[in-house]
Amino acid sequence: MAAWQVFAYIAASILFITGLKMLGRPETAKRGNRVSAVGMFIAVVATLVAGGLDFTWILVGMIVGAAVGAIAARRVKMTEMPEMVALLNGSGGLASMLVGWAEYVRAGEALVAFPTVAITLTVLVGGIAASGSVIAFGKLSERIEGKPILFRGQKTLNAALLALALLAAVVVVLNVVLAGGVAGVGVAFAMLLLLALTLGVLAVIPIGGADMPIVVSLLNSYSGVAAAMAGFVIDNNVLVVAGSLVGASGLILTNIMCKAMNRSLANVLFGGFGATVSTAGAAAQGEVKPLTPEDAYFILEAASSVVFVPGYGMAVAQAQHVVKELADQLVKNGADVRHAIHPVAGSMPGHMNVLLAEANVPYEQLVEPEDVNPAMETVDVAIVIGANDVVNPAAKEDETSPLWGMPIIEVDRARTCFVLKRSMNPGFSGVDNALFFKDNTRMIFGDAKATLTGMVAAFKES
Amino acid sequence: MNPLLLFVFVLAIYLGLELITKVPSQLHTPLMSGSNAISGITIVGAIIAAGEPGVLATVLGTIAVAAATINVIGGYLVTERMLAMFRAGKDR
Repeated sequence: MAAWQVFAYIAASILFITGLKMLGRPETAKRGNRVSAVGMFIAVVATLVAGGLDFTWILVGMIVGAAVGAIAARRVKMTEMPEMVALLNGSGGLASMLVGWAEYVRAGEALVAFPTVAITLTVLVGGIAASGSVIAFGKLSERIEGKPILFRGQKTLNAALLALALLAAVVVVLNVVLAGGVAGVGVAFAMLLLLALTLGVLAVIPIGGADMPIVVSLLNSYSGVAAAMAGFVIDNNVLVVAGSLVGASGLILTNIMCKAMNRSLANVLFGGFGATVSTAGAAAQGEVKPLTPEDAYFILEAASSVVFVPGYGMAVAQAQHVVKELADQLVKNGADVRHAIHPVAGSMPGHMNVLLAEANVPYEQLVEPEDVNPAMETVDVAIVIGANDVVNPAAKEDETSPLWGMPIIEVDRARTCFVLKRSMNPGFSGVDNALFFKDNTRMIFGDAKATLTGMVAAFKES
Repeated sequence: MNPLLLFVFVLAIYLGLELITKVPSQLHTPLMSGSNAISGITIVGAIIAAGEPGVLATVLGTIAVAAATINVIGGYLVTERMLAMFRAGKDR
C-alpha cells in the first residue's frame, strides 16, 4: 500500500471517529453525519485510484447501488424508517459476507491460516446480519407474523446449527493450514454460507414485536463487526476501525434499550417474550369506561396540564401530525403540553422522536419518563396513543407479570388517562393491561387519527 | 497478514465504547442509521473484489459493491433527512 493511501485511510478513520462523536450530540449531529460521509468518500476514492483495478463492474455496482439507495432514502416515509434501517443494515451485512466469499474464491491456493479464519468469521457474522435484517424487515413491515415464532427444541436446534457452522469453519481453516488450499472443501464452505444465513433467520423469528428496537440495534452492531472482520480479510485498517466503531456504538444502543426494558440481552435473544406469557401474570379485569371524542373535548378543555404518550399505534395510524395539531390547540387554550417518550416505544430506538420531529413538535415539549413520572399526580390528562406495554402498571404492581420491573410511564397516576386504541387487544408482549380498567382511565376506541381529528375539530368549533 | 490489525481492532472497539456515552433519545435513530452508513465501509473490500480478475470473484464483488453502495448512500441520506427535521433541537 502506497504511503499516500495509508494517509488517506488514516484521514478517513479520523473523520469517522469525529463524525460519530458529533452524531451523539444534538448541536453537532447534522455536521457529524456529513463529516463521516466525507470520510467515506475519501476512503472510496483512495481505493479506486490506488490502481490495478478494472473499473467496469465496480462502476456498474456503484451506479445501481447509488440509484437504489438514493431513491429509497428519498421515498421512504418517516413511519417506515424502522424497516428502511433494517434493510440498509441487511445490505451492509450482505456486502461483507460477499467480500469474504469473493476473497476466498480469489485467493484460492494462496490462502494462509489467519485470513482464512477472518474469512469464515466475516461470512458467519455478515450472513447472520444479512438474513436477520431481512426477517426484521419482514416483521417490522408486517409481511411476516410479528409475534414470536417458537417451537419445541428451538434453542437446541439453534445451538446445534451454530456448532455445525463453527465446525464447517474449522474444516475450511484446517484444510488451508494442512493441505495448503481451498481444494476439496467447497462443500464445507457452502455449508458455512447456508448455515450463516439460516442462523440469522432462526435468531430473529423467536423475538417479539416489543423487542424489535433491541434487535434492530443489535443487528446494526453485527453488520459493523462483519465489516471489521472483512478488514482482517483484505488487510485494511480503515475497515477494522470503522467496523469496530459501529459494532461498539450498536452495542451501546442495544444496552440502552435493554435497560429501558429492565431485561438482559440474553433474555431478549432467547426468551421468546410474548408467546408464552398469555397465561402468566394476573389477568386484568374490571369495567371498561369508554368515552366519545366529544366528551373527551370537555375534559381537555378544562385541563391545564396534558401529557401525550405516543407508541407504535401512533406510527401505524400516522397520527403524528394531528397530535401536533391537538397539542397546538391545547397550548392555545392555556394548557401545559408535553410528550413523554419511552425509549422503547415504537419499533426502533428513537422512533417516536423521529415522527414527532417530522410533525414539527417543538423539542422543548419532548420529555423522558423520569422527567414526567415524579409529578404525574399534577397531570390533568395523560393521552396514551397506541402505546401499551410502556404504560402497563403491571410493571410495578404484579410480580408475576413478564413486564415486572420494567420502567414505565406511570400514566395510571395522572388525574385522568385517555387511552386511544382500536380494540381491547393486548400489546406486542401479549400481556393484558390493567390500566384499561383503572377508575381514572377512559377508553376512546377507534382509529387514533380519526379520534384526534375529532378532538381538534371540537376545539376549533368552540 | 498483519497481526497489528488485532491491536487496532481492540483499540477501536474500546474507543467506540468510550466515544458514545449518554445519547439523548431524540438521537437514537440518527445515531443508528448514521453508524449503519459507516458500516458500509466494507465497500472498500467490495471494490477490490469487483476490480480484480476472476469471473466468480467479480460477480460476487459487483453484487457486494451494489449492496454496500445502497448501505452507504441510503444510510447517509436518511440520516440527513431525519436530522434536517430536528431543527428545534439544533437551536439549543
